[in-house]
Amino acid sequence: MKQIFVRPDRCMACKGCETACAVQHSADKTLFSAVLQSPPPMKRLFVEAAEGIRMPVICRHCEDAPCLRACISGCLYRDDHGFVRRRKERCIGCWTCIMLCPFGVITRDREKHIAVKCDRCHRLDVPACVNACPTRALVMAEPEEVAADRRQKAVRAESGG
Amino acid sequence: MSDQGKSTDSATLSAIGEARKAGIETVWDRYQAQVPQCGFGETGLCCRHCLQGPCRIDPFGEGARTGVCGADADVMVARGLSRAIAAGAASHGGHAKHLAHTLLKSAKGEAGDYPLKDEAKLRAVAGRIGIKTEGREAREIAVDVAEKALQEFSEKESPLVWAATTVTKGRVETFLKLGVVPQGIDSTVAESMHRTTYGVDADPVNILLGAVKCALADYAACHMATDIADILFGTPQPVVTRANLGVIKSDSVNIALHGHNPLLSDIIVQVAGEQEMNELAVAAGASGGINIVGVCCTGNEVMMRHRIPLATSSVSQETAILTGALDAMVVDYQCIMPALAGAAECYHTQLITTMPIAKIPNALHIGFSEAGARDCAKEIIRAATDAFKKRDPARINIPGISSAAFAGFSTEAILSALSLVDKDDPLKPITDNIASGNIYGVCLFAGCNNVKITQDANYTAMITELVKNNVLILATGCASGAFARHGFMTPEATEKYAGDGLKAVLTAVGQAAGLNGPLPLVLHMGSCVDNSRAADIAVAIADKLGVDLNMLPVVASAPEPVTEKAVAIGTWAVAAGLPTHLGIVPPVLGSRTVTEVLTSTAKELFGGYFIVETDPLKAAEKLLSVLGERRRGLGLGS
Repeated sequence: MKQIFVRPDRCMACKGCETACAVQHSADKTLFSAVLQSPPPMKRLFVEAAEGIRMPVICRHCEDAPCLRACISGCLYRDDHGFVRRRKERCIGCWTCIMLCPFGVITRDREKHIAVKCDRCHRLDVPACVNACPTRALVMAEPEEVAADRRQKAVRAESGG
Repeated sequence: MSDQGKSTDSATLSAIGEARKAGIETVWDRYQAQVPQCGFGETGLCCRHCLQGPCRIDPFGEGARTGVCGADADVMVARGLSRAIAAGAASHGGHAKHLAHTLLKSAKGEAGDYPLKDEAKLRAVAGRIGIKTEGREAREIAVDVAEKALQEFSEKESPLVWAATTVTKGRVETFLKLGVVPQGIDSTVAESMHRTTYGVDADPVNILLGAVKCALADYAACHMATDIADILFGTPQPVVTRANLGVIKSDSVNIALHGHNPLLSDIIVQVAGEQEMNELAVAAGASGGINIVGVCCTGNEVMMRHRIPLATSSVSQETAILTGALDAMVVDYQCIMPALAGAAECYHTQLITTMPIAKIPNALHIGFSEAGARDCAKEIIRAATDAFKKRDPARINIPGISSAAFAGFSTEAILSALSLVDKDDPLKPITDNIASGNIYGVCLFAGCNNVKITQDANYTAMITELVKNNVLILATGCASGAFARHGFMTPEATEKYAGDGLKAVLTAVGQAAGLNGPLPLVLHMGSCVDNSRAADIAVAIADKLGVDLNMLPVVASAPEPVTEKAVAIGTWAVAAGLPTHLGIVPPVLGSRTVTEVLTSTAKELFGGYFIVETDPLKAAEKLLSVLGERRRGLGLGS
């Protein structure tokens, strides 16, 4: 199954992915109503930067997910597609998931007092963030394809090409 | 960002520490909240000029290659740059026009607070722009000068007088040949907006030539602003004052003047010096009376003409409030951060706006008019005195740091100092020493402080390298603020940092001028519109040597630029033939064509070109190498 992959060298830090994510998780799912919504909708991914690099940090929906294992109230679960999602009504706001997520992509909804995380836009064929990226810094690909591509690159690098 | 990454100035760092303790947000916090900034904006690859957009172009070639209309990266970047220059020219145009209206009112006797202070300058300007002066009253001449100035704004059938009469003949020919002669200041700004709107100019090089024309209109506006300010308030002469936050006094009513135009600030300084106002302050409990300090370019204007100390510069404007002892921050226009209102709210400081086009919510607005300038100034001083009464002594934290600063080296002042060395040929000491290599070249530092660069770091690193190699330094705007804060605008700095040749020249002129020591290491020429003064010096040297500006060993540098005005000034410096360094990468890298025109093709067309280098030591090295190249071109030793 295809996963979201990040190509940091392509990221322009325009934050279009962040905006699209928040809009997708708003009531009307349009930008113009989302910007007027109160409390405002929340994004689930974060464009971060360090010296010489900028990239969106996204939920990997890890196959052995620390957040899922840590969730004591049964809020987090893995759905039929393999996405780690929430049963919102079960979240008790203990934030153990935040503590354990290696990517720091789980945040707090300060109004509803529950954890907020990526749901991989499970109703959409292509997630909103990927769809919004103008430079294809976010792409959908099979992990096997990505690995094969990496192997090819490694070989080419070895041969000096 | 660590505090050390924010500023190299210890007074500013102390104020930043104070802000953190008090939980007050400053420009550095707001910048951090923006990082990472959008790469499309950084490279100039976004366009919002029509309602079919916004459009973006993928610089990596996988996504969109053009906007909806078909504009490619070159067109998009050229249009964006052109509009920035138009905004810069509109700002300097507004500044100059404001002064021209006041000159007209003054000449017609409708603005009693504005006498024609410098008649010699009035006559010199009038003579230059072709107005008869012989046997005429100053007022009559001033009416003509003001009217001619106001005519410069709309489209005429002839070139802008303030550009055509202040550059070399060679430049005029070059500008004519390339079709970049402006015929109106406002009309050229309007033309730039027209040609960059939906569906007009789609030739990137043509757009850029239009932008150069607009930049030359900016130059004319700057020159006009300098000329008229001198006529109304006096041509600056060297003064000694101090710079940095330590000039704010705990026992005084402290009023900071911030912005650009001397129209109100000069009057405030005059009125503040009067007994009545001083008594008001003393009666309020301020034993020191009234203490006026400057910020940014209006600070430069009153520093040059009235020895008013400079508290701080544009990027660090909030720090004046963070001393807890600033009673009023009075602003006119340009470079005034809206954030001042938030900082002022955290203290007793009264933020006062004065111009109809520049209001800030939660500030006190005291509307300025020429007819009632003195009354306006009095009202402002009273408001500051009222605020003083609300000052919380427990929150006063003035960093006790300031440096001496020699300021006010107008073109006239420099020539008059030089004439003490050689009465008949004042420029000879300069040209001879350029020829001998005692002066390797000249560098004009201009521009701002940019939050992306550790404040003043580029200025201080570059100047020490350049002067060691005998480069004569001129400075304007917030560049001079940087040098003043760090003690570079003093004779002591000349002793300490100048190479032997430069030191000998500055000492000879200083001795002749009766300073009993050298001239300061940096010749402070004024505010950012006063870059025109530096241009005058360069033109005089070129004319004296009988060459054009594009051959002189003269360079310009904006090591920490911020504003659209700086982009306009940088562009006219390039058009004037000067290699011009930028310490910040402008938003043009999305277009190879535009980047190449600015950094290379411009050299073939104008002689000047942009040198973009973010490392200050490498930048100094590049400028030295360019100066060497120019020297060899003139057959001088390098």
